[in-house]
Amino acid sequence: MTILVVAEYENGAVAPSTLNTVAAAAKIGGDVHVLVAGQNVGAIGESAAKIAGVAKVLVADNAAYAHALPENVAPLIVELAQGYSHVLAPATTNGKNTLPRVAALLDVDQISEIISVESADTFKRPIYAGNAIATVQSSASVKVITVRTTGFDAVAAEGGTAAVEAVGAAHDAGISAFVSEELAKSDRPELTAAKIVVSGGRGMGNGDNFSHLYSLADKLGAAVGASRAAVDAGFVPNDMQVGQTGKIVAPQLYIAVGISGAIQHLAGMKDSKVIVAINKDEEAPIFQVADYGLVADLFEAVPELEKLV
Amino acid sequence: MKVLVAVKRVVDYNVKVRVKADNSGVDLANVKMSMNPFCEIAVEEAVRLKEKGVATEIVVVSVGPTTAQEQLRTALALGADRAILVEAADELNSLAVAKALKAVVDKEQPQLVILGKQAIDSDNNQTGQMLAALTGYAQGTFASKVEVAGDKLNVTREIDGGLQTVALNLPAIVTTDLRLNEPRYASLPNIMKAKKKPLETLTPDALGVSLVSTNKTLKVEAPAARGAGIKVKSVAELVEKLKNEAKVI
Repeated sequence: MTILVVAEYENGAVAPSTLNTVAAAAKIGGDVHVLVAGQNVGAIGESAAKIAGVAKVLVADNAAYAHALPENVAPLIVELAQGYSHVLAPATTNGKNTLPRVAALLDVDQISEIISVESADTFKRPIYAGNAIATVQSSASVKVITVRTTGFDAVAAEGGTAAVEAVGAAHDAGISAFVSEELAKSDRPELTAAKIVVSGGRGMGNGDNFSHLYSLADKLGAAVGASRAAVDAGFVPNDMQVGQTGKIVAPQLYIAVGISGAIQHLAGMKDSKVIVAINKDEEAPIFQVADYGLVADLFEAVPELEKLV
Repeated sequence: MKVLVAVKRVVDYNVKVRVKADNSGVDLANVKMSMNPFCEIAVEEAVRLKEKGVATEIVVVSVGPTTAQEQLRTALALGADRAILVEAADELNSLAVAKALKAVVDKEQPQLVILGKQAIDSDNNQTGQMLAALTGYAQGTFASKVEVAGDKLNVTREIDGGLQTVALNLPAIVTTDLRLNEPRYASLPNIMKAKKKPLETLTPDALGVSLVSTNKTLKVEAPAARGAGIKVKSVAELVEKLKNEAKVI
């Protein structure tokens, strides 16, 4: 059994989500290979070779794979997949974009967002916004799986000495092209990897008021998230949304401020170790999942909290 | 251009489902069913394209039970011109749905297919990408903006780091994210008119589509419940608890 992990990377190195995915692969068992596909990704391949427990790194360096266009990357993975028992990718927007295309080309069903490995062919995954957990068995010859990163503790980024091999195959479907990108710039930790997350909801009132959360977050070394209501209202950009169809987070501490706690939001954060809710409505459903609830006006409580931590 | 929109009948987003006692699935008896919210956004986008004069005809399709006719009628009331139901058992996996949709694409030859990015029941986020693979078309997933520019489609996508714009050759597949638009409500006159719009029923057999899946659900369980927490009276007490009891700051 050999497993291929499709690497996610950013800023010239493998992303933390790749380390969680390698951990899921290690639970399945067998050799773990990592594919780094992109343009000018040699250094990323080198960083992937250091991941603990990885036996081999495949580097597909080609202009066609820049920006992870699925029309080009999926055929590459399909070609490589023939030699593997499983193909895994983190359930990031890249993984979610590309892997179902791979699965359909292989004529197999995908298992999305697994949170545990029961055996080499059986996995658990949340359905209905996490209100039920399904155990799913795959009979596919190549099992195509995306991994919910919060379900698996990351392996060490250093310590491995995998062989690096270049993959020559170039697949350019020629039907899609990258135009532009607007990436959020932040000095704060990445939302899905942060140990502490401070999130704001509709109760924040407007985008400017999020400054209260940013200064609290900076004092705590936290990332800042938001509920769908806050994103839809235009308070903050989409990349901050935590929830069923946004980002899934499971930090040590999640502080929900002015968030009522719709089931769709809870789906994205209820696996956090400790949940704090600050809301002036004592009936808000968020208090049903909070370890510590504070019924208070957030505009008084948040600055005070910032002072005391 | 002709636009095909796929919609799914799912449990209403306000319903908190319960797992059946025999762990065979969730209990959907007497539960409110609706159009998947992302599919509503897909229908709305198609209607807006028609209002702009870009789309000439909107065909809405669902792959599912007979009762999915309700959701197809809703789409017709929102502005779709005609509907197709590919009648099949309730629980289909994404690949089977994508294969049925591929057969409908072959028959209808749309320039653009719009789907929701994810159904809120199975939470798979697969069908659009799979349909793109089967048709060989380009895909613009998690779209927050869609613009037809000549023979290309510019799609702005919601990605983890922010936004990405890609240019796709037509025909293309688009899956919707939340910020693409705000769906309208159907008016009563339009609901009445929708009853007279054509709704064709097909079967997977007639389309030559196999519904077999490599996935089998062995059981469905309730998630581990969180223990009840406490209310603190002040910020000072909260900080004390976080430091000394939870030890997370």
